[in-house]
Amino acid sequence: MADSIMTQDTSAALPDASAASIKRRALATALRNGSVRIGGGVLLLLIIMAIFAPWLGTIDPNAIDPASGNMLPLTPGQFTNLAGDTFDHYFLMGSDSLGRDIWSRTLYGARISITIGIAVALLALTLGMLIGLLAGYFRAIDSLVMRLMDGLMAIPGILFAISLVALFGGTVTTVVIAIAIPEIPRVARLVRSVVLTIREEPYVEAAIALDTPIWKILLKHILPNAVAPLIVQGTYVCAAAILVEAILSFLGVGLPTEMATWGNIMSEGRAQFNEFPHNVLLPGVFLALTVLAVNILGDGLRDTLDPKFSKQQG
Amino acid sequence: MLAFFLRRILATVPVLVIVALIVFFMLRLAPGDPAAAIVGNSGTADDIALVRASLGLNDALPIQFVRWVGELVQGNLGESFFMKIPVTELISQRIEPTISLAALTLVVAVAVAVPLGVLAAWRHGGWLDRALMGFSVLGFSIPAFVLGYVLIWLFSLHWQLLPVQGYARFENGFIPWIRHLILPSIALSIIYVALIARVTRAAVAEAMTEDYIRTARSKGISEARVLIRHGLANAAVPIVTVIGIGVALLIGGVVVTETVFAIPGLGQLTVEAVLSRDFPLIQGIILFFSVIYVFINLLVDLSYLVLDPRIRY
Repeated sequence: MADSIMTQDTSAALPDASAASIKRRALATALRNGSVRIGGGVLLLLIIMAIFAPWLGTIDPNAIDPASGNMLPLTPGQFTNLAGDTFDHYFLMGSDSLGRDIWSRTLYGARISITIGIAVALLALTLGMLIGLLAGYFRAIDSLVMRLMDGLMAIPGILFAISLVALFGGTVTTVVIAIAIPEIPRVARLVRSVVLTIREEPYVEAAIALDTPIWKILLKHILPNAVAPLIVQGTYVCAAAILVEAILSFLGVGLPTEMATWGNIMSEGRAQFNEFPHNVLLPGVFLALTVLAVNILGDGLRDTLDPKFSKQQG
Repeated sequence: MLAFFLRRILATVPVLVIVALIVFFMLRLAPGDPAAAIVGNSGTADDIALVRASLGLNDALPIQFVRWVGELVQGNLGESFFMKIPVTELISQRIEPTISLAALTLVVAVAVAVPLGVLAAWRHGGWLDRALMGFSVLGFSIPAFVLGYVLIWLFSLHWQLLPVQGYARFENGFIPWIRHLILPSIALSIIYVALIARVTRAAVAEAMTEDYIRTARSKGISEARVLIRHGLANAAVPIVTVIGIGVALLIGGVVVTETVFAIPGLGQLTVEAVLSRDFPLIQGIILFFSVIYVFINLLVDLSYLVLDPRIRY
């Protein structure tokens, strides 16, 4: 006689529904997506190149050698630093008017730009998430907070960032905060809409009935539903932040010129653009490539994570 | 009808108040004395005291705010500290190049993006669709100033077809005016085209799945007419919405593009104001642009009444 259904081992028939395995499967699906692979791959490559910059044919990004000024890209040459040492150096991207190697500056600049991009994304996500959670859950403060966000969105982001940097000075902290603040309203809106939807779910109602403290409800029931769209939005914020930082530095109102950010390199190369366009064009290509990679990654994540998100609702 | 207009216009007031509050507190919250910041390093204690008195910084904050808003409502945006000219006068001097650039960019962007989006939605999933989506991501990623320099390098330096930089006033002739504006408009419009094309494609694609499209086709209406009169028309609301929202991108982009192409407009004025820390001017310009943005979005909202008769406020 076959075992009755009550004694058969049916655990293998049901998919594993633990939280950990759902996350693992989401990750696996994400990694199968073409856009995620390309965007994430290029981004990873850029990050690795930025980390290993000292070993990739670079010299001190701030070392000047006026004698090697305005070298064209792809030319071998010599570099004499201020200590008097002379050595051979292959100018992959040429040099600027002061003889600084553009390739070195670009690669070291990648460190700053990518770090700022990630820092801005984390700051905007955290603050936006807090605001969105509170506004969505507590009806009393909802309309006031959303009005505040509307007002903030009415001020063009770059103008806001420029003024903040002009007022508070051009340090890394100020620039990160100045770029992050205009991004907060969009994140807050996103989280708030998730909260508004989830708030009406039966399990939330049940949790309230069980006297669960509010912070636990927000953290354990509502927040996990917002994670996917937050991650997607975070990549877009990162891309925008890298762009805005470059624009700020290019206009002269970003990070101090001692730091070799892409915007600064291009800003200093402006004067020679007519004769030596490589000063501006080559770091610009790097900038565009990085932002493109992050955007493609974001698109891929959105395609894989968001349908999952909407399927969970449906 | 009038009630809609009034209600919608009144709804902009809280937003404008918040903008005024943010701009007001930005200067007051900066480290140090705002008067000292305005006077700069070369000022003496007397200068600082003078500025404090002239800006009314010695009064209580609420009084300052009310007085400042009172001046704003009367159209007084303050006076530039360095140029000693009212901000409104400075803005009116520099506004023509910016409006020319913005208007041309808008026209180019919509004229290019909407047809592209409609075509992509028509051939949903085809090569045009995918090419458009790829181009759209590219458009978001290449910064306007990089593209601007690439265009200058190609068209002005290499092929010498167009002027490198500068601006020609419209009254001095249409051809010079447009020759100076072509490259900046293209550079500035790319991100706008990417945004609008994306939304157009999504909105029209969704509209094409509706039942009324099937009805229209079964009535024997030509595909082109179905696409435009029934598909695009029903997608108009999200498209116009994104055009309005994109104005914020346009304003930010104008600042950079004018710097690259040396166009003497409001964007350059902003950069000059910031570099010289001319706070009254910075405040005035931010307020001006924010009001423009709110106003344009008001127009967008009001246009819904025309575009979608089902919408009632």
